[in-house]
Amino acid sequence: MYTPIQRYALVVLRMLIGWHILFEGFSKLLASNWSSLGFLRESKWLLSGFSHWIISHPGVLQAVDFLNTWGLIAIGLGLILGLFTRVAAISGAILLFTYYLNNPPLIGLEYSVPTEGSYLIVSKTLIEAVALVLLAVFPSGLFAGLDLLVNKYWNRNHKKEE
Amino acid sequence: MENKNEQQAKVEMNNEEPQKPTIKRRTILKAMAGVPVLGVFGLELAGKMAYDNEKSNRIVKELGLENLQAPTVIKSSSNKKDLLRIGIIGYGNRAVTLVNGLGYLHPDDEKRRRANGSLKDWLAQENVNAEITGICDVFDLHAENGLATARNPTRPGGGVSANLPVKRYRSYQEMLDDKEIDAVMIATPDHHHAPISTAAAKAGKHVYCEKSVAHSEEQLFELYNTIKESKIVYQLGHQIPQSVIFEQAKEIIKKNLLGKISLVETTTNRNSAEGAWIRNLDSKGNPKPGDEKTIDWAQWLGHAPKVPFSLDRYYNWTKFFDYDLGLIGQLFTHEFDAINQLLRIGIPKSAVSSGGIYYWKDNRDMADVLQCAFEYPDRELTLLYSATLANSRSRGRVFMGHDASMELGSTITLTADADSTRYKKQIASGLINPSQPMASFNPNSGKVDAITSATQKYYASRGLINTTINGRPVDLTYLHIKEWIDCIRNGGTTSANIERAFEEGVTCLMAHKSYVEKRRVEWDHVNKKIV
Repeated sequence: MYTPIQRYALVVLRMLIGWHILFEGFSKLLASNWSSLGFLRESKWLLSGFSHWIISHPGVLQAVDFLNTWGLIAIGLGLILGLFTRVAAISGAILLFTYYLNNPPLIGLEYSVPTEGSYLIVSKTLIEAVALVLLAVFPSGLFAGLDLLVNKYWNRNHKKEE
Repeated sequence: MENKNEQQAKVEMNNEEPQKPTIKRRTILKAMAGVPVLGVFGLELAGKMAYDNEKSNRIVKELGLENLQAPTVIKSSSNKKDLLRIGIIGYGNRAVTLVNGLGYLHPDDEKRRRANGSLKDWLAQENVNAEITGICDVFDLHAENGLATARNPTRPGGGVSANLPVKRYRSYQEMLDDKEIDAVMIATPDHHHAPISTAAAKAGKHVYCEKSVAHSEEQLFELYNTIKESKIVYQLGHQIPQSVIFEQAKEIIKKNLLGKISLVETTTNRNSAEGAWIRNLDSKGNPKPGDEKTIDWAQWLGHAPKVPFSLDRYYNWTKFFDYDLGLIGQLFTHEFDAINQLLRIGIPKSAVSSGGIYYWKDNRDMADVLQCAFEYPDRELTLLYSATLANSRSRGRVFMGHDASMELGSTITLTADADSTRYKKQIASGLINPSQPMASFNPNSGKVDAITSATQKYYASRGLINTTINGRPVDLTYLHIKEWIDCIRNGGTTSANIERAFEEGVTCLMAHKSYVEKRRVEWDHVNKKIV
């Protein structure tokens, strides 16, 4: 159905994105004073109202920080290990798309933090989000990943029930 | 080897019950493909953490900052809860903040705070066990606000109101004559500060007075002598040094991390009508209330020159030298106190001020762009104050030493000097980069952080983090009032005591005299006179 090179290419892409997301999660966990406050304060466009609501409620902000950090770690682990790959890829795509919507490089939107590249509408965050969509629509966890075992186990139990 | 394993696998497979689907070895290998990647990730992460940690520890150790911890608790007041009856003299905007710190809220403010969720933080404040029993204001509306606030029984920290009667006094003399008042808080226009403080001390009342300390040399000397002879506790209203990072700043200075400090630069940067003390209109642009019937004009003027009733003067008094020292009295006072608390520089040898009215060309006396230079030849140091009311670019408060600069705001940022002697080796080895801050203190993180990542650097430099104790925002004015009340009950010295107030008063009057007389003035410390 797929050639080996197609399989390898998708698995490598999945692991690289997983690595990146996992380290993003850990770097937030390890920086004792990290908070999404600065990022959310800079929020422009569609989600700015929501983001400003978050930062004006310390409890909500804390919850968002916690979920973001551990969400990133869980998604990263899922992608590297190929475990619940589809769930991880879709959650990752949604999370990255949320980041994108908070500071999209649209004409007229200016941010006080300089970006590390040059973007117009399309940014690396958006590309990474779409790459995760790509991974979600291919069964890359079944090419190489713990999903193979999950799948086998599930199939076995399923057959027994029948 | 391969064959043997395969044989084993086959044997295992043969042992399985035939109807069960089997998992091939190849499948397991494929399933585990992510594990070695995760292993490498783990190793790399540990390596990175160790590297960052080592770098940070080296800087922290080099600077001797290991033991610089943020206070995580506010020292609780003693159990002495003896009744303290407080009178408020002058009930304008500033008094509202003062009574909030004292544990009082206007019923409307309580409703507003409940609605926007900020009531919780206020209620978490410790109750200082002081009762407001007197309000004195020359304007009926303000006095009514004060009475309504004093009668609201809601207290923070689980405190209970003693339900004492609250009296309105028509004049401060009347309040000071009353035996039922133990202490006063003064938040009138500045020309009343020293005369009322002096009278209060003579009447044996403790004094918490807003800055500035005095409007003239005679007032200042009389106040100083009276307070020195009395037994009352005096506190001038400078809450900035109550910030948790101030202790860290003191340590940094004490450990001489900056090297020899020869220049301190402090600034005021504002760019709005409100910031330029044009305050006679409300937020909708309508004139604020008040007329000769509801405002006791003669009493408001006090000893100031007699002029006809004017709402401009009543609300915008800061603009006029009859009532205030302008930027020097309103804002430089805070700056001077912050610096004096850290460096104990005291009274300068000389002062030169220059500036003018360049932007807010109304009827004001005060400069809207002002520079003052103070010389401390004994300390081999210059203090520079630069203020503008026509540009709000943040210029900070910076202590400049031979080895490093310290910017002190809501956070502390320490940056090594490229030509530093002390950090020469570390700069050469790349441990310290003089083009970036080498350490920051941020009260939210609760520890000193040698800065490692770009994001942290960015947040540190922008001061995005609030001053907090144990993750809870704490009102600096409350801490300052609490210190005063603790000293009244238990003895001890307030941080903005009469000695500091005197040094500040002389310094401000020197700068003002220099501006008005357009000449360099000096402090004659033998004859205790500005010449």
